[in-house]
Amino acid sequence: MRSGRDPCAFSRMDLFTRKKVQPTEPILIPHGELTFLTKQEILMAHKIFSELQDRENGPYSSRVSMEKIHTLPELKSNPFRKRICHVFSTSDMKDGSLSFEDFLDLLSAFSDSATLEIKSHYAFRIFDFDDDGTLDARDLEKLVNSLTGETDDTRLTGEEMRQLISNILEESDIDKDGTVNLSEFQHVISRSPDFVSSFKIVL
Amino acid sequence: MPRHKLIASESDGKDNEFSLYYVEVEENSQGGQEKQTTRDGKRRRERNGEVSRRRASEKRTTEVDNKRAKKKHEKRHKTARKEGEKHEKRQRRKNADEEEAEEESNKDKKNIKNERTKTLKRDDEKEKDVKKKRKKHVKNEEDSANFEKTKQKDCHDMPLKEKKKKRKKPETTSESESKSESESESDSAPESKDNQAVGVLGSLTPEELEKLKEAVDERKKLIATMRGKPWPMKKKLVVLRSSCVLQRQETLLIISFLYYSNCQKWMKFQRDFENFKTACIPWEMKIKEIESHFGSSVASYFIFLRWMYGINMILFGLTFGLVMVPEALMGKPYGSIPRKTVPREEEASAMNFAVLWDFGGYAKYSVLFYGYYNSQRAIGWLKFRLPLSYFLVGVGTVAYSYMVVIRTMARNANEEGGGDDTSFNFSWKTFTSWDYLIGNPETADNKFASITTSFKEAIVEEQESRKDDNIHLTRFLRVLANFLVLCCLAGSGYLIYFVVRRSQKFALLGLESYGWWERNEVNMVMSLLGMFCPMLFDVISTLENYHPRVALQWQLGRIFALFLGNLYTFIIALMDAIQLKRAEEEIVKKNMTIWQANLYNGTVPDNSTAPPTTVHPADIPRGPCWETMVGQEFVRLIISDTMTTYITLIIGDFLRAVLVRFLNNCWCWDLEYGFPSYSEFDVSGNVLGLIFNQGMIWMGAFYAPCLPALNLLRLHVSMYLQCWAVMCCNVPQERVFKASGSNNFYMAMLLVILFLSTLPAIYTIVSIPPSFDCGPFSGKTRMFDVIQETLESDFPAWFGKVFSYASNPGLVLPFLLLLVLAIYYLQSTSKTYKRVNMELKKKLQTQNEENKKKNKLAALKAANELEQARKAGETRSSSSQHTQNSEPPVSSTHTTTRPPASRGHTSSGHLPGHPQQPQKNSHSNRR
Repeated sequence: MRSGRDPCAFSRMDLFTRKKVQPTEPILIPHGELTFLTKQEILMAHKIFSELQDRENGPYSSRVSMEKIHTLPELKSNPFRKRICHVFSTSDMKDGSLSFEDFLDLLSAFSDSATLEIKSHYAFRIFDFDDDGTLDARDLEKLVNSLTGETDDTRLTGEEMRQLISNILEESDIDKDGTVNLSEFQHVISRSPDFVSSFKIVL
Repeated sequence: MPRHKLIASESDGKDNEFSLYYVEVEENSQGGQEKQTTRDGKRRRERNGEVSRRRASEKRTTEVDNKRAKKKHEKRHKTARKEGEKHEKRQRRKNADEEEAEEESNKDKKNIKNERTKTLKRDDEKEKDVKKKRKKHVKNEEDSANFEKTKQKDCHDMPLKEKKKKRKKPETTSESESKSESESESDSAPESKDNQAVGVLGSLTPEELEKLKEAVDERKKLIATMRGKPWPMKKKLVVLRSSCVLQRQETLLIISFLYYSNCQKWMKFQRDFENFKTACIPWEMKIKEIESHFGSSVASYFIFLRWMYGINMILFGLTFGLVMVPEALMGKPYGSIPRKTVPREEEASAMNFAVLWDFGGYAKYSVLFYGYYNSQRAIGWLKFRLPLSYFLVGVGTVAYSYMVVIRTMARNANEEGGGDDTSFNFSWKTFTSWDYLIGNPETADNKFASITTSFKEAIVEEQESRKDDNIHLTRFLRVLANFLVLCCLAGSGYLIYFVVRRSQKFALLGLESYGWWERNEVNMVMSLLGMFCPMLFDVISTLENYHPRVALQWQLGRIFALFLGNLYTFIIALMDAIQLKRAEEEIVKKNMTIWQANLYNGTVPDNSTAPPTTVHPADIPRGPCWETMVGQEFVRLIISDTMTTYITLIIGDFLRAVLVRFLNNCWCWDLEYGFPSYSEFDVSGNVLGLIFNQGMIWMGAFYAPCLPALNLLRLHVSMYLQCWAVMCCNVPQERVFKASGSNNFYMAMLLVILFLSTLPAIYTIVSIPPSFDCGPFSGKTRMFDVIQETLESDFPAWFGKVFSYASNPGLVLPFLLLLVLAIYYLQSTSKTYKRVNMELKKKLQTQNEENKKKNKLAALKAANELEQARKAGETRSSSSQHTQNSEPPVSSTHTTTRPPASRGHTSSGHLPGHPQQPQKNSHSNRR
């Protein structure tokens, strides 16, 4: 009987026994309680993730390297793909490789129903290139450079860049300490009309 | 309440327990309500019956141990049925006697509370006792009742699994049993229960109860919001496991599962539908592509063009469906009456292409023009009132256009009012402009380009706003520029006047003797002026040195004045022509009587009653029909306008681009970056062209029902041709500016044009009598008489009377006054609201700043305290070990200089966007 089992067991949905995934591999599927994904989305994510794993050398190694993740069409042309992997990676090596749980975290944050709060939090961390908890002028410069693309003709000139960054700081740096911190960032983002609709990745 | 009801009825068939629970909630909250509709009462009685059955079943076994009760649940369920019948009767009595019921339900509530406190207390005492575990559920239910409501609100946030539902089912059953147990006890035997409960009540203070509740709530909230926390999955799992004991308390969430799954489906459907809708928007991809290459201002032209297309589609639907098709299908066929036949003298050339191209010949005597329509009151088997329909469609076209334009303006104003938070312009551009959905490298390139463009736009705009120059010189230059522009306008006005006068002279002498140029002189001159004057204005405007956006508006205003002057000169010329035609008509009328008299006298001298059947309708003399003439003029104008637009497009843009591209290899200077270069897309000129084109449609549509159709065709072709031209032979503008600011400017111009173009149309309709032998209103003294006629003959007598009463000045004037008053009132209230809004905004901002200061102070204080404590600890340690003195202070100073972590947490809660955060944070801290 189900009632005899650990009361917490329902969180480890054994959805995949049906799909004949390797039974030796304990796949924890943290369901709706932990992510914003639906069952189908999680299944889909797992399918995609295991495909990525298959191409790896070792069979079913628990992590997928950043390069493999970047072959996904959804991330291929994203200028922040490296940052995204680094932010969501829990790897000790800091190589941006993702485990399945990290992958789910990623998809959850970018899903349709994720809240503005969580989206803005991850957006902040993605934009925080040096991981120091604030967006300073160098972060902003890198951010603008990734937004304007790699080619020279789209890149802003030094003068424009200075102007732009000083404008950004003037607007968002409310406490005038020269950097944008998380709360300031969220404050700015929360007023933006189209952040939630554009901060999305759908598999 | 409705939500509960909904769920209850949904789950009625499947799970009785669920319905039970909800009925109970319903009862509790409705206890005070006395009045209920009979149907509702009936349904409730049914449910109550169900409840009471259960209650009765529980009644017997109150003393029995809970554990045993769980096992024997099924058995009891059967035996209870019989007693349920008795209870049902009692229940009915209860419903009948409402006062009693109220009292009873009040008691119920009290009893439930007592019961809960009792169980809570026990729970407090023996929390780890497994045997008493089941009692807990009563308390849980109370919590989850609260919890439930919040859950359902955001049920789409909370996916639940089917398996969970299955597993939790038995527990739910027992839970609702225990619930109903307490219910039934209190219901059937209130007195005894009262006595029982009073004894337990005293032992637990309300504070303790509150605390307990809070603790459970907190834990639940944490789990509920866990996915809303930016933690990695591992951490979440750990927390989940640590608090998974709580999970079983959430059993009632299952109820929301049913609701949830529907909700999910509905959401998915909605999402799909949204996608479908965006896929249905025509030319969306084209416009997006252009936007990414040329910035938002060029795209705004195409969006405007699309919007125009939509309006014309509706106008076309109206005229085509209600005027042209009925006349073509049900009206008399071609050749039956004079107005529907080509006259004998024109017959020979009626099919020539040149004549048709000029909309003469067969085109003139067709459904395309006013003159073709018959004045027969009702046509066909539908008894379709064509003249009335014609008139109403004419009025409706104008009315609809007004409505749409004004509504769009209001919406634009709204958007501007809502989005006036331009304080974050740059930050938004930086932080939110990337579209993470982009998965196509080409689109990504476009996006890069468009983001760069928007950055440059913003920077230049910012620089422009800061620029400060020699004022006197610029003033002088501006005055000079305006003088030059005025000269241009006057010159063009005189030119048109001259040309129109000349053309009238030609017309008097007979057009046939002149060539193509003389015949089309007016149109050509107007088109040429419209082509070259804007260029001139552009050159002049470089003198002025305005901010580009202001310059754009000046430019637009000037072109507007030019076009308007041209149009009105044209209209005045038309009015003259109308007068001429009417004079001609008088002569024809006189001749007609003579002709008829001759006809009767000559052919049928003896028998005057027989109709002159021998005369072919083509031979009957007829009036000049000025309405058709007006319609024709407008159609010709539109055609020539369209032609000039396309020809300039092909010559000015395409040929130029081709020449520049291919001659560049064998030329002595760089053509691409030197003199001719590629052309830029002229947004303002194109928008104005579109607006004036539309004005002509509005003006002429009454006399030529084919105009909307023609315009639709033109816009459709324009869309593709201009999209292609922009993409292949134009270069992005050097100075690109957002068009959103000028969007309402365009709309305002459109409104002015609409007003100005309806003026002459209404004037002609109201004050000039229609021609006697053509058009749907022939034979009437004024066109609007058709309304009068309809009122008299198609409506009952009293309606006409009411109408005549309603339309007398004594009623109309006060009504107008009332309208004016209403407008004034609304205007003043909207002003007040605006002011209040601004004040609120200010208040919020000041509050924000205050909070921030406070938080900063608090953070500093805390850091100081920490430092002091450390120092104290340090001195203690150094006194004992008197070495290593440098390292700890460094770390402590580090904390004072950089307290972002703590500040970030606390201050974020006080930002207006996140009022909830501090609580959550404190919860997580406490945990």
